[in-house]
Amino acid sequence: MVRAEGVRKRFGVTEVLKGIDLEVGRGEVLCVIGPSGSGKSTLLRCINHLEKIHGGRLSVDGELVGYQQRGDRLYELREREVARKRAEIGMVFQHFNLFPHMTVLGNIIEAPCRVKKVARDEAIERAKRLLDQVGLAGREDTYPRQLSGGQQQRVAIARALAMEPKLMLFDEPTSALDPELVGDVLDVMRDLARSGMTMFVVTHEMGFAREVGDKLVFMDDGVVVEAGVPRDVIANPQHERTRNFLSKVL
Amino acid sequence: MTAADDSTGAASHLKAVPVRHPGRWVAAAVIAVVVAMLIHSFLANPLYDWGRIGRTLFAAPILRGTLKTLELTVLAMVVGIAGGILLAVMRLSPNPVLSASSAFYIWFFRGTPVLVQIVIWYNLSYLYKHISLGLPFVHVTFVTFSTNTLISQFGAAILGLGLNEAAYMAEIVRAGILSVDEGQSEAASALGMPSSLIMRRIVLPQAMRIIVPPTGNETISMLKTTSIVIYIALPELFTSAQNYINTTFVSIPYFIVACIWYLAMTSVLTIGQGYIERYYGRGSNRNPPSGGFLERMGRALRFGRPWLPGRDQMVLSTGNNGD
Repeated sequence: MVRAEGVRKRFGVTEVLKGIDLEVGRGEVLCVIGPSGSGKSTLLRCINHLEKIHGGRLSVDGELVGYQQRGDRLYELREREVARKRAEIGMVFQHFNLFPHMTVLGNIIEAPCRVKKVARDEAIERAKRLLDQVGLAGREDTYPRQLSGGQQQRVAIARALAMEPKLMLFDEPTSALDPELVGDVLDVMRDLARSGMTMFVVTHEMGFAREVGDKLVFMDDGVVVEAGVPRDVIANPQHERTRNFLSKVL
Repeated sequence: MTAADDSTGAASHLKAVPVRHPGRWVAAAVIAVVVAMLIHSFLANPLYDWGRIGRTLFAAPILRGTLKTLELTVLAMVVGIAGGILLAVMRLSPNPVLSASSAFYIWFFRGTPVLVQIVIWYNLSYLYKHISLGLPFVHVTFVTFSTNTLISQFGAAILGLGLNEAAYMAEIVRAGILSVDEGQSEAASALGMPSSLIMRRIVLPQAMRIIVPPTGNETISMLKTTSIVIYIALPELFTSAQNYINTTFVSIPYFIVACIWYLAMTSVLTIGQGYIERYYGRGSNRNPPSGGFLERMGRALRFGRPWLPGRDQMVLSTGNNGD
């Protein structure tokens, strides 16, 4: 579903991704861990072209992200085409980024109604089902600021799912939450993984990575240091840097 | 029943004595005397000529002038706000040509007096006798208008005031747009929304909270700035008052008449602004304030102080929380 080959990215003169190779199969859950500044969030943001890459190839479902290849040239896609591709990739942010001026329902149906042109009634119907799925049935008319962080993040997940994405990106979805609210969000993500969604998760939740992840990638300083089955990587890290990091977070 | 009522401890009978504020009484007395002196001078001084003010307050030329002032204000602000949004979006555009053009416009229209701009629009026919639609440089024209019929007095006033206002509004709108967290447009683009839709549905509605208060300022300022169209002899409120002055050689009473109307219009605009702010503030508070201006006034004017507990409950309740 996602394939990265030698992906490079710099901000100014600092190179934050120094040739990343990885692959996420359909229905797989990939968890990325690593110290802050290791480039894991940047990599995730490159997948839906919120950041432009400067080298290598990055493709989602067989199609290049943000570019089109014709012959031996890459043509950057127009904004509308990028938007169309993004609509197929759901994204959940660390700080939720719900639209504060819209109700919960408004947040969820905005993109389906205006981007996919789904009929309003149908979108509302689906929004209610999704709210039920994330354990927030009956909260349609609340404004985001009236909800707790954990509830907001679950609305954000419902909002992303409303576009019926084929891939979900999670950018440290529980890092901004109070500890007792983390569990609810992880439960929703666990259910989602069980339902067969392909997920790319940047996280600090080792328990979640071990239990739900099919693959675990440890990144440091813009490179993939170690990758493998989560249980093995966590229990038996091969690299000094991985051992170092794990000893701090476990 | 409150906790204080059913407590039996001795502490529950302690009365809380609020801090005394003798300074407030002194201040109130001083201000009351000054106000009384002012009112006395208004009423006792015959030069105010309240009879004349009463007679002209609702005179037809004054009412027509008031209406014209309102019309000018509304139209100029519509041009200003629409232009301001356009200029702000251009200014923030990644396209360097659009951004620079917008910066140039703002520089020029903010940098020259609005009075001069209005007079130039009014005298445009001196520079260009005709305005034609056609192809440039090849002498092919489709339609031609005489500049004087195209830009009337009223048109010149709207163009001058509105285009000048657009430059100021552009900066206000830009500040509003910049105040919206970048995460908002990121989340919207992650949902596949194109940038025009993001601006219209996500960014601008949130920017409005920042944009509305200074826009209220601008509107009230515009209301009074319209008085400068007296230079192109457009009969708005101030011109109407001036006409009376020119024929009667009495000035102050007519100026007071104009001020009363300006104040009346400003009051209405202020109330309207409160409602608009409430609309765009929705979702920004955990506990949204209820009621509009009139309701809140009603509550504030009610006797007693609703934000303090009632007198019968003003009893210390410490020490019986666990009882």
